[in-house]
Amino acid sequence: MSIDRSQVDHAAELARLELSDDERERLRGELGQILQAFEALNTLDTEHISPTAQVIPLGNVERDDVAAGSLPQDAVLDNAPRVEDGQIRVPPVLDES
Amino acid sequence: MADELYRLTLHAASQGLRDGSFTSVELTRSLLDRIESVDGRVGAYLTVTADMALEQAADADARRASGRDGPLLGLPIALKDVLSTAGVETTCASRILEGFVPPYDATAVTRLKAAGAVTLGKTNMDEFAMGSSNEHSAYKPVRNPWDLDKVPGGSSGGSAAAVAADECLAALGSDTGGSVRQPAALCGCVGLKPTYGRISRFGLIAFASSLDQIGVLTKDVTDAALLLGALAGHDPRDSTSAEEPIPDYAGELNRDIGGLRIGVAPEYFGKGLDARVGDSVHDAINTLQSVGATQRQISLPHTEYALPTYYVIAPSEASANLARYNGVKYGLSDPQATDVDEMMARIRGRGFGSEVKRRIMIGTFALSSGYYDAYYVRAQKVRTLIKSDFETAFRDVDVIAAPVVPAPAFDLGAKLDDPVAMYQSDIMTLPASLAGLPCLSIPCGFVDGLPVGLQLIAPPFAESRLLQAARAYERTRGPLPSPTKAIDTQ
Repeated sequence: MSIDRSQVDHAAELARLELSDDERERLRGELGQILQAFEALNTLDTEHISPTAQVIPLGNVERDDVAAGSLPQDAVLDNAPRVEDGQIRVPPVLDES
Repeated sequence: MADELYRLTLHAASQGLRDGSFTSVELTRSLLDRIESVDGRVGAYLTVTADMALEQAADADARRASGRDGPLLGLPIALKDVLSTAGVETTCASRILEGFVPPYDATAVTRLKAAGAVTLGKTNMDEFAMGSSNEHSAYKPVRNPWDLDKVPGGSSGGSAAAVAADECLAALGSDTGGSVRQPAALCGCVGLKPTYGRISRFGLIAFASSLDQIGVLTKDVTDAALLLGALAGHDPRDSTSAEEPIPDYAGELNRDIGGLRIGVAPEYFGKGLDARVGDSVHDAINTLQSVGATQRQISLPHTEYALPTYYVIAPSEASANLARYNGVKYGLSDPQATDVDEMMARIRGRGFGSEVKRRIMIGTFALSSGYYDAYYVRAQKVRTLIKSDFETAFRDVDVIAAPVVPAPAFDLGAKLDDPVAMYQSDIMTLPASLAGLPCLSIPCGFVDGLPVGLQLIAPPFAESRLLQAARAYERTRGPLPSPTKAIDTQ
């Protein structure tokens, strides 16, 4: 299966992944090769097979709604690159205009 | 003896501590000295926590002096850098987590510490546990202690190499598609991946959540049973951790295996397998027969589909799990970015290595609109077929025996530019991972002076049976005629 450059660009945008031109070109070839290997899955008849998302026989797991201790705010924010007044600071999410 | 304490197994060291032959501080010093003298060549560790280890050792000695005992009390163990450790940098061998210091311990680490184990440091790995050679560490490759020009396998390559080079008594790893068994086979140690859900994943940095499981790398089967006993069990912080009863793995270990039915599937002995590896595995099965096991041919017809199935499912889950590395809560920062999307894309472009980017791209593509049914849903359906192959087989047999890896360790760099060839080295470990089954690798011989492993696979939560079979083999096999490790002659 061959992949074109716009498909690579679209996936990179969805993944929020900045890639150089060289990386995009290399990934175009590699993804094509890898997707080719996936074609083997199409040789099986899976129409009446149900999908397996996880292997353990578990449904919803519930617990009593009781508040428990949590980490102190400082410990949680310690690793954040930018912190202000006990909050994490990021660049604008919405355009002001 | 005191100068070679680092060579001991967990159970032998535990006996020595109990007898008062040496202290945990002496044992820990011996290992720290060993790391100091060989790790420059092996590259097994990313972080060595010497001061913390010596404090824990002194504490263990004090506990023993006050009458306490336990199977892991005072024993030095290494932790793969995918496990969160409170106050100790945890990078997953990625640039994007450089400097990240978790505020809490993974449950597996908490349990080791509660048992009195000494933690030596964090072992090297393929970035975010994605790789089969440990060459995808952002910091440095790991070398195979048997031949320093060969890979140790991956992604728990640092843990396997640390055990093989006697830089720890045992190590924790993680296995998503073979990341404990494959490096254990290539480095000649025992590698156990328990049933999905047997050990809590809380604090294990997520790669593919429906597959990830913590495992152990040890010098022998007894040590694997001891460690599993300390780690297994339900954890309210991991809703997928099992509430199944926990047998006395170590206590039941030496049971007679007479009548054990071993399944052998031709699908694991076909094209691509080095014939000498196949011979070695068949010899091991014959050894098990000599102590009362029987051998039956079984069929696992969907084995060949495990590779494409895994390489759709694992990258898809990874692309979602790795969305959290975006420069907001931890990791790299980019003060120059003018909007949040630009910041995230730049940090991720800079912080992730080539294999991680490749898998994020595969996963994003497979989950994207228009391709989701064709790739992701279809792979999940084939996963059902692979799982039911095993369910059918386990109606007739108790364990399945197979090779772990098609060939012994390859040269550093040999597969670095060919992702599909690299992925193929996982071909024999992926099926059991997709089915969530307990499985292990145990050394069964040498090819060209490099270790080869026997893989045993059991039904869900039959770890005790798996360990008994492995122990019976180990006992009957006796010590392997061992070529000299490169690390011991240089």
